[in-house]
Amino acid sequence: MWFRKDRAPKEPREKRSKVPEGLWVKCESCREILYNKELARNFKICTKCGYHFRLSAPERLRMLFDDEKYVELEVGLRSVDPLRFRDSKRYRDRLKNAEENVGTSEAIRIGTGTMGGIPVLIGAMEFFFLGGSMGSVVGEKVTRAAERALVESKPLIIVSTSGGARMQEGILSLMQMAKISAALSRLAEARIPYISVMTDPTTGGVTASYAMLGDVNVAEPNALIGFAGPRVIEQTIRQTLPEGFQRSEFLLEHGMLDFVVDRTEMKETLVRCLELLWRAA
Amino acid sequence: MRVQAAGPVPATIPEPAPADSSSREDTRRRPKADRVATIPLVNGEDGQFEEPILRLRRRIEELEALPEDAGHRKEIERTREKLERVSREIYASLTPWQKTLVARHPARPYTLDYIGALMTEFVELHGDRTFADDPAVVAGVGRFRGRPVAVVGHQKGRDTKEKVRRNFGMPRPEGFRKALRVMRLAEKFDRPILSFVDTAGAYPGIDAEERGQAEAIAVNLRAMSAFRVPIVVTVTGEGGSGGALALGLGDRVLMLEHAIYSVISPEGCAAILWKDAARKKEAAEALRLTAGDLKELGIIDEIIPEPPGGAHADPEGAAAAVAEAIERHLKDTSDLTGEERRERRYRKFRAMGRHEEQPNE
Ligand SMILES: [Zn+2]
Repeated sequence: MWFRKDRAPKEPREKRSKVPEGLWVKCESCREILYNKELARNFKICTKCGYHFRLSAPERLRMLFDDEKYVELEVGLRSVDPLRFRDSKRYRDRLKNAEENVGTSEAIRIGTGTMGGIPVLIGAMEFFFLGGSMGSVVGEKVTRAAERALVESKPLIIVSTSGGARMQEGILSLMQMAKISAALSRLAEARIPYISVMTDPTTGGVTASYAMLGDVNVAEPNALIGFAGPRVIEQTIRQTLPEGFQRSEFLLEHGMLDFVVDRTEMKETLVRCLELLWRAA
Repeated sequence: MRVQAAGPVPATIPEPAPADSSSREDTRRRPKADRVATIPLVNGEDGQFEEPILRLRRRIEELEALPEDAGHRKEIERTREKLERVSREIYASLTPWQKTLVARHPARPYTLDYIGALMTEFVELHGDRTFADDPAVVAGVGRFRGRPVAVVGHQKGRDTKEKVRRNFGMPRPEGFRKALRVMRLAEKFDRPILSFVDTAGAYPGIDAEERGQAEAIAVNLRAMSAFRVPIVVTVTGEGGSGGALALGLGDRVLMLEHAIYSVISPEGCAAILWKDAARKKEAAEALRLTAGDLKELGIIDEIIPEPPGGAHADPEGAAAAVAEAIERHLKDTSDLTGEERRERRYRKFRAMGRHEEQPNE
């Protein structure tokens, strides 16, 4: 539980949210029909049941940076197809389709700006881009963000949402876990804060590297967070999983998270943590 | 100095508790190489490629069972020569899926076999000091060619009981944390770390998730990237994803010729991307998981050649090759200062991955 004595006014609300389109949208959790504009005003949280709709990376960055303003970094990085991977589709085609459909070139965006007046670097993952999977470019962007945070002495925040390592880049994807963890080690040695925010879903190689390495590990309510996916576990142990297994509250209970916080209070809570942990007293 | 023959670990090992006694017996229980090698790799069509080798081995067994006579001796010799030639030929052109089967061969030497062969002394250390001792990981301190070292590695079981006890070599968080504890000892007392990687992956179970499987792996990666002591990693069998990498971040990463190392198992990949686990052979091709692939992709430093017919056909020969390679790389990296090693290790992994960069966007 966190608290503050004087309740600050609410942060600027989401205005320019694009997805989902249309006037009305159905809540994926309670099936309530919601007015899209109202949903956007409410940080894309269902006004009836509190379900947190998935955010695109730009929506997330606008939500966290002051006045929704930031400069995006490392925009020129593009995935290649180092293994010439082909399953039912070619990896190259999957990349092209994802870029066209999602309107972003990779599964993470890095922004620089201020949050609560503190200069910070924020990375926001894009689940809609190949399931937020981590390949070489995601690894490179997170590593560069950590290295820049070190050089500029700015706190780093990564908001994760990912199905794990990107299979189409094979072993190169796996090695991103090592590369990023090494960069975060340097940041930790320099005593610059790194906060990990986990959102629905965060699994596999992303959880088993940077998502779990925060000085403070935070999650949105009811997010699926784990190493192995629930289906894999079910198939391995051949029993049904307990209610609430691998959800944020479950991880909090088992000591893996510092706190679970509603999206409406995410920004001010992160700012408070940085102020209390790191800023000069 | 030649490597010691694989055998029981020397007597300096303290008598372990009864439940753990099998850890010293793993190396003893290994049947004679020739016998092991007549065990089919896998039944059915997938194992067909080894059939000519098995036929020749069975023939040698038959001949050896006959009464001594000059004619038999000559034929045994001829058959042995043929066996070596045929083994070499077959193993020189294994497909990625066949390599996957060889890497998982039930008679392939495991970490304790290498420890038994490489170390003149070894004391196994147990437990993560927090929850339990995970038998899927072994860790300890030993002496390798006169030099004190710390050892960590995945450990699979040989027989059914042992397989279950060691959870088929799939660690829970306490296994990774035990390894980390011993690696921290190595850092504290300035001992090089030898790591042996051989796991299908981190265990996907309820308890493992509850105790932070992902966190345990992540913390190992961060810690291993920052140690000052030398770390030499050898992928001996299966390099299964994050559970392998959690012991796999080193100054040098070596890999046995028929070992595999992959982000996901071919079966898992086929089930997800092809929506059909039976397409595992295609997935094994696509994933580029052989030692040759990894060398080409800049992930490993050296491929350690295996004896003809694979490490399981000649465990002593395999151990000798592993010992030679480890010693050479250990010597190389030991010439650096701790800070230089850290810096180089950082740059080594920093360079992994492929991307293109469009300049002014
Ligand atoms: Zn709802």
